[in-house]
Amino acid sequence: MKYRIVSGFETHVELATATKIFCGCSTKFGAMPNTHCCPVCTGQPGSLPVLNKRVVEFAIRAGLATHCTINTTTHLDRKNYCYPDLPKAYQISQFDKPLCENGYVELDSGKKIRLTRIHIEEDAGKLVHERGYTYIDYNRGGVALIEIVSEPDISSPEEAREYVEKLQLIMRYIGVSDCKMQEGSMRCDVNISLTPEGSDKLGTRTEIKNMNSVSFIEKAMAYEARRQAEILDGGGEVEQATLRYDENTGETYVMRTKEDAQDYRYFPEPDLPAIIIPQSKIDETAAHMPELPIDKYRRYTGVLGLSAQTAGLLYKYKAVCDFFEKCLSLGAGAKNTANLITGTIYSSLSTEEEKEEFNAGVSAEDMAKLVRYADEGKINVTLAQMTLSKMLKEGGCVDDYITEQDLAGVSDDELEALCRKAVEENPAAAADFRGGKQKAIGSFYGYIKRASGGKADIKRADAILRKILSE
Amino acid sequence: MSGRIKTLSDMLKKGEISSAELTRRYISRIEKINPLLNAYVLKTFDEAIRGAEYADALIKQGKAGALTGIPFALKDNICTDGIETTCCSHMLEGFKPYYDATVWQKLKSVGAVLLGKTNMDEFAMGSSSETSYYGAPKNPVNLSKVTGGSSGGSAAAVKADIAAYSLGSDTGGSVRQPASFCGAVGFKPTYGAVSRYGLIAYASSLDQIGPLADSVEDAAIIYDAIRGQDRRDSTSCPTADGVTKLDGDVKGLKIGVPEEFFSEGVDEEVKKSIEAAICLYERAGAKIKKVKFPAMKVALSVYYILCCAEASSNLGRYDGIRYGFRAKDYGDIDEMIVKTRTLGFGKEVKRRIMLGTYVLSSGYYDAYYKKACLLRERITAEFDEIFKDCDVLLTPVAPTTAFDIGGRSASSVQAYLADVCTVPVNIARLPAISLPCAVTKEGLPVGLQIIGRRFDDGRVLSSAYFFEREACVKVPLCKEVQL
Repeated sequence: MKYRIVSGFETHVELATATKIFCGCSTKFGAMPNTHCCPVCTGQPGSLPVLNKRVVEFAIRAGLATHCTINTTTHLDRKNYCYPDLPKAYQISQFDKPLCENGYVELDSGKKIRLTRIHIEEDAGKLVHERGYTYIDYNRGGVALIEIVSEPDISSPEEAREYVEKLQLIMRYIGVSDCKMQEGSMRCDVNISLTPEGSDKLGTRTEIKNMNSVSFIEKAMAYEARRQAEILDGGGEVEQATLRYDENTGETYVMRTKEDAQDYRYFPEPDLPAIIIPQSKIDETAAHMPELPIDKYRRYTGVLGLSAQTAGLLYKYKAVCDFFEKCLSLGAGAKNTANLITGTIYSSLSTEEEKEEFNAGVSAEDMAKLVRYADEGKINVTLAQMTLSKMLKEGGCVDDYITEQDLAGVSDDELEALCRKAVEENPAAAADFRGGKQKAIGSFYGYIKRASGGKADIKRADAILRKILSE
Repeated sequence: MSGRIKTLSDMLKKGEISSAELTRRYISRIEKINPLLNAYVLKTFDEAIRGAEYADALIKQGKAGALTGIPFALKDNICTDGIETTCCSHMLEGFKPYYDATVWQKLKSVGAVLLGKTNMDEFAMGSSSETSYYGAPKNPVNLSKVTGGSSGGSAAAVKADIAAYSLGSDTGGSVRQPASFCGAVGFKPTYGAVSRYGLIAYASSLDQIGPLADSVEDAAIIYDAIRGQDRRDSTSCPTADGVTKLDGDVKGLKIGVPEEFFSEGVDEEVKKSIEAAICLYERAGAKIKKVKFPAMKVALSVYYILCCAEASSNLGRYDGIRYGFRAKDYGDIDEMIVKTRTLGFGKEVKRRIMLGTYVLSSGYYDAYYKKACLLRERITAEFDEIFKDCDVLLTPVAPTTAFDIGGRSASSVQAYLADVCTVPVNIARLPAISLPCAVTKEGLPVGLQIIGRRFDDGRVLSSAYFFEREACVKVPLCKEVQL
């Protein structure tokens, strides 16, 4: 039988606040184990949490960026469960009144993935299994998280990828998280069920826990959909369960079934007063929201006139956009800047991470200067590209490479001489052109570019060539 | 006449005695008397001597405050950096916190001298201190009687003057009831007036640190020293400016007497003593008014649901992994945790954890926890209504005087009834004081409770000061512990 995938995501995003959600400890990643700890985040008897206001601000931003309603009165709850990485035996989270509700993330197709809620909570510590022992590192314990819960609106692994990438991009744009899945600052729980094509009846869902890479999410979903389809086709029933995805085998395994579902015994956190957010605070945050990815993309393709492809290559990386827009603010033209970034600079950045970090290797000032020369026709694009490549490789500034002579370009007489030489050296092409093959004129361009060291203006050369060939 | 703290403080400031000398005297009295009382479970004499030296330096520099150099005791659930803090539970045996509770930090900074940690019901769960892992403390008025609880050791130590004063914690009466049983003064401030940071949690929304003292004046001095908003406790609030004034003027004071506090189960002798106290106020020009508090009948149930629910969550962290007791011989971590909790907690603690787990469970939450929260609002509203027309309420602290050690099963419903007069105060987050108002034929003290409006702590203290001054109730110590 044919099935539709019905999938909802629970995404945990670590907030980029400098300190933890309930204490003043640093949130920096990669420190020596248990060095970013205090009585509060290790749950020492008698310690009390104090809510970090920045966490609420960040979460409000996340809510606004995903079109959520912000609840002006909310509170925190205790989620009780016993695990060694959770030092209080409860996680301070939100249960019945999340900070943000009813938002959406829009995909390129225009389809909206609805968000049920976004709430704030604390992260747990980390268990490290080594040499036959288990160690606990509480550095991550108490780091602020938001949990973004989507409606079951995702209907394919491809949509899942786009949803996660869009979410990632939004969070990066508004500066609330770096969303590095490989470092665990973004993790997804994937709920998935199948519905027979043409039916509205929802199937039993399974939940794949703790996915930390977009490609694994795609693979895990495809695998799980196949597995469920086989069960259904065989007349069986899918068992509601929590699964783990094994990256090595590419298969999912049952962690626990519904029978051993935990009762978290949620109740309002008595150590923290209600959170009351003045509407003015929300309005102010909304007024200062940075441009969102989708708006930027539309501006790049619209106002700036970039091609969809070029805009797509730029807007995916926040740091790239910042550099790009800095160049524009220094007077560089959008098209030449964009082409140089996505062509020349990108070719020196091999990984996604490098593009995300985006160390351009050239200052925006130099870049803008170079682009302006090209914009003004003082140098052609080929020379600009060559110069940029050299600068990236060897350092230095624009004027170390572009000489007065380069800027002077090629004089009309010189250019005419070059054109005549080109025609002389390629009589066949000249004959073809004269015989009516307009395209043959292109055969002379390469020669003129080479002979002029990239300085010749091909547009002007074209006019001269036509004149000579019609003589 | 000055109270104990002022008298000692004057002697220190005048140089009639040094804090070191005073501390040594307290130490030698503890060595002599504590074996009879079991009031202290940990003596911190090195810390005391260090504190006394610091205090003497402050006094010399003319920087002495009201509590500088005066030896005192802390209940064993208040965290002291590097000093064992066990909640009198096997579970926290050997546990040394690595930070100070705010109250201890405040007192230390003004040169208070810590003599030790006092006995209590395990994790403050009980009304007789008999659930202590270290055995029950004894009542210095009558050694065969309980001290009350849970701050029994703190009350006994103050009454026997083996501490000039002490701090306890009051979740459902744990400061007031032992004060009443031992003939001391116990004050539970408004919830939020004193920081809970460093108080090992039993029931977070009800717990409040408060002083146990020899007099109302002492209680006010201690209260002034420990109160105030603390950025580390988000439930703490700013309190009134300046020192608490004790004018003891009750003329025109509107006093409510909620009759439900005098219903069945309250000893005749207790009832009569309170009524006599009320008369004293009336003669001094206070206006007495009978009031109704119908929610009284649900208060005890509400209290036990709320405190057990919160306790079940607060005590989840004791798993033997990070600190305190860990069971030996286990196959894996799950077994280790189960064994540790099985052996580490006493019976009453386990009972409350189970009760609390039950009332929060899905399917039972609405019927118990949620309902209790709603009733908490009703109880608070009834008090608010009463306080529209009354300044303070006068009631008994407990239905009975101190009972025999081992005389009541610590876990019976009857034991829970011992809290019936005190728990409504915690539920509504009000301030209340307990002070001796009479001595029974058997020679046991009866406690008078004065309840006030939220953050009207000053009036509660001042009203109590009036009674203390006018009634001059003396509760004699048993001869074994007399000075």
